[in-house]
Amino acid sequence: MFNLKTTPFHERTSALCQPQNWRKWAGYFVVGSYEHVLDREYWAIRNAAALIDVTPLIKYIIQGKDAAALLHRVTTRDIHKMKVGQVAYTGWCDEDGKMIDDGTVSRLEDRTFRLTAAEPNLRWLTMNAVGMDASITEVTDDMAALSFQGPNTRKVLNLVCEKSVDDLKYFRLMTNKIKGVDVTISRTGYTGDLGYEIWMNNKDALKIWDALMEVGADYGITPVGILAMDMARVEAGLFMLDVDYTSTTHAWIESQKSSPFELGLDWTVALDKPGYFVGRRALEREKKNGSEWKMVGLAVDWVGMEDIFKRIDLPPQIPGSAIRASLPVMVGNVQVGYASTSTWSPLLKTYIALAHLQRPYYEIGTDVRMEITVEHHRQHAPAKVVKLPFYEPEWKKK
Amino acid sequence: MTSNQYDAIIIGGGHNGLVAAAYLARAGKKVVVLERRPIVGGAAVTEEIFPGYKFTEFSYVVSLLRPEIIRDLELPKHGLKILPLPSTFTPMEYGDYLAAWDDHDLTRRELYRHSPKDAEAYDEYARVMARAAKAIKPIINLIPPDPSSMSIRDLMGLLKVGQYAASLKEKELYMIAKLATQSSADLLEEWFETDALKGTKAASGIIGTFLGPRSPGTAYVLLHHYMGEIDGAFRAWGFAKNGSGGVSGSIYNAAKALGVETRVNSSVKQVKVKNGRAVGVVLENGDEIDSKVVMSAADPKRTFLQFVEGKYFPDDFVTAIQNFRTRGSSGKVNIALSKLPNFTALPYKGNGADSVLHRGAVSISPSIDYIERAYDDAKYGQISKRPYLDMIFPSMIDPGMAPPGQHVMSCFVQYAPYDLEGGWNDQKRDELGEAVIATIEEYAPNIRECIVGMQVISPKDIESIAGITGGNIFHGELLLHQIFFLRPVPQWADFRTPLKGYYFGASGAHPGGGVMGAPGMLAAKEILKDGVI
Ligand SMILES: Cc1cc2nc3c(=O)[nH]c(=O)nc-3n(C[C@H](O)[C@H](O)[C@H](O)COP(=O)(O)OP(=O)(O)OC[C@H]3O[C@@H](n4cnc5c(N)ncnc54)[C@H](O)[C@@H]3O)c2cc1C
Repeated sequence: MFNLKTTPFHERTSALCQPQNWRKWAGYFVVGSYEHVLDREYWAIRNAAALIDVTPLIKYIIQGKDAAALLHRVTTRDIHKMKVGQVAYTGWCDEDGKMIDDGTVSRLEDRTFRLTAAEPNLRWLTMNAVGMDASITEVTDDMAALSFQGPNTRKVLNLVCEKSVDDLKYFRLMTNKIKGVDVTISRTGYTGDLGYEIWMNNKDALKIWDALMEVGADYGITPVGILAMDMARVEAGLFMLDVDYTSTTHAWIESQKSSPFELGLDWTVALDKPGYFVGRRALEREKKNGSEWKMVGLAVDWVGMEDIFKRIDLPPQIPGSAIRASLPVMVGNVQVGYASTSTWSPLLKTYIALAHLQRPYYEIGTDVRMEITVEHHRQHAPAKVVKLPFYEPEWKKK
Repeated sequence: MTSNQYDAIIIGGGHNGLVAAAYLARAGKKVVVLERRPIVGGAAVTEEIFPGYKFTEFSYVVSLLRPEIIRDLELPKHGLKILPLPSTFTPMEYGDYLAAWDDHDLTRRELYRHSPKDAEAYDEYARVMARAAKAIKPIINLIPPDPSSMSIRDLMGLLKVGQYAASLKEKELYMIAKLATQSSADLLEEWFETDALKGTKAASGIIGTFLGPRSPGTAYVLLHHYMGEIDGAFRAWGFAKNGSGGVSGSIYNAAKALGVETRVNSSVKQVKVKNGRAVGVVLENGDEIDSKVVMSAADPKRTFLQFVEGKYFPDDFVTAIQNFRTRGSSGKVNIALSKLPNFTALPYKGNGADSVLHRGAVSISPSIDYIERAYDDAKYGQISKRPYLDMIFPSMIDPGMAPPGQHVMSCFVQYAPYDLEGGWNDQKRDELGEAVIATIEEYAPNIRECIVGMQVISPKDIESIAGITGGNIFHGELLLHQIFFLRPVPQWADFRTPLKGYYFGASGAHPGGGVMGAPGMLAAKEILKDGVI
């Protein structure tokens, strides 16, 4: 009776969820995994077409004469430069230039934007919109969303959609119709593969799901839960709020906060954009002085890890899903940072991690060691700082 | 044969007196607790007023009980179990309700139904309050320094508080300053728009004070109630197995195991003074008991105006105690039920055994105005026509509280002024009971047919039964000028008194009221520090 919400796809997803593996996400239940092991779901993302229910993503429609000005003020991107049909990934900061949240801004019309977020931000947006002609409406519970990810997704969409998606470029969106139903399709995702996100009214959700599943059957369409997506997003070098960084609104102490530079989001911070935006001064200062921390990729050296296991006569053990636990990263006997998410990459056959390292250890090529647990004992496996993303197929942006 | 020579006498067997006794005994001291009532526990007692129905007579929920006391005295070994109270329901005037849960996502979902903005502000508000509580907590943990004294100990203490304050961020200091001066209504209106949410939050800012939500200073009381939330416990508010008497009972058992002697039906008349030192007590029945030190765990007025002759205290001290504000403003109605009252906002089916609403608290606080209006009545000496009520159904949390299939209900009521126009009598007490039942009836129309027995407690009854002068539930209002180094009076907030060998460690002392145990524990530690025993 008193419970969290289920998404408009629940009728379908619940029938398919074999292990009864449900996860809480922003006040909803979503499928953690549809099968008992994640392999098939993971490989659907990398090799076929993964259908992921991402309805819980928090969504706002921002509308009005000053809608662009509001987003320009709140986010770090140059929103005025965005064309209609363009999507921009961005973080947003507090006055100290520390990250509150991150998401995408889509310019649906000249004066209409959609903002997605991991956490509720209505209050923050409203406070920043004082005196502006911009209405902010949360549509999370009215708008269903599917993330459709993998190399075959374009083919499937071309078969099922009224208009071809061939010309839909990376981080652009279009309106389209599936089975006569209006949808918006953006070429975005959280997997680092070719992929789309399909936005629709709740009432159309099942119709769209069924249409995709029917046409996609010949292309390996597979419903995929958020656990497999979690592995893919690490490979893609994408981080997650509350896992890889702490929002300033949650932080108890200063050191828990991160700036966009510290998260490797330099490319999203448009310091050259005109006018004020929240956090600007602090970010300018940090840009000049350099960052104390940086989020980087760590690739664990397989042979080195194997050696540690060999000492006790065991073959290396690898986790079957992404691990959201903080693991110390060492240089010599000194801790220089921590990994916030680590996972086995089935594709790269490498144990990889998103790690936060202190200056100067975040330079690419630095040799560090990351904690692993070997038969109840903490050990440190050799690892190298590598450039993110770990994996980027040529078709992702093509 | 019990010898009449002790290291320490504790006057008052409330939970603080028992805590102090246990800590002293733990340090190897010979201690006796003297309690005027036939049972120990003070305002934290459970009694069967109607056979088979256990009433958690006064205090009913626990949040502030200090974890170190639970560990030091091994209270779980002595019977303490604090059971979760997972929700609060606020029925609204037009038939809907607002629920708050111990689960963050559920609460957000529920709030969202009423106001998306509030759903979000709620999170942030909780964080800001928790941060402010975190910022203030170390100050509470320090022995209150007296800023006008020049003793090294006080200066060191003050220095620590100062250093700590300097380490806070500007925003936090600003927040604390605001919390110290604002009314709870001002604070809440900055954050929220849903009336029932504001009303329910505001209610916790007026509990135990003779103030309304629009009175300045009430914002601090809100913060005081957040203290319980920063010990890492998600379910900060709980219900003790066997009610509040379960808490006192476990402390009593622990004290007994440590060798504390307790004498009930032993009302203290006066503290014996020799050569300017407290050296024992005289009981109402004339018996004398000697000790090296005496600690009072009764309320401040008794402690300083009744137990000790005024000549042993400086005049300004006596005046300050006289001015200490102990205006009782709350009452309690305990009800034995043949069945659960059914709330129109969320009716139950069957006999309600699985009713979610009844497992948590039900708060009658539909808006700030509702509470302020209740206060308006009290300001002029009347019982609130429509009072604020905080209700729980103990038998739904601990089935042992009532016979199988039957229930008990605990209703905290505010406002019922101690200084009622015309004074309290049986008829007025009935009026208080009627105001409570009529209020409940508006939300649960079948309440009257559920009642098997009812105990109505006015502030006058709190005074006469629990022995708290003025009937204030915290022995003295939790107002900014009555906390920290000002509680009970400036210069004497360190559990010592102007009379050598006489100590004070109950709710009227720092850090204040509630079933917390802190004043008792801290006082015992100070007694031990003085090295007299
Ligand atoms: C109606 C009501 C509801 C409350 N609700 C809550 C709640 O839900 N949660 C919470 O945390 N707090 C609550 N409180 C507050 C809390 O109960 C008190 O602050 C706390 O119990 C006081 O403990 P104490 O040991 O300091 O004093 P008391 O419990 O008052 O103990 C003082 C003792 O001294 C004894 N005494 C007095 N004079 C003499 C004498 N001359 N000789 C010998 N003994 C004497 C008294 O009989 C009494 O036993 C409530 C209080 C009341 C009255």
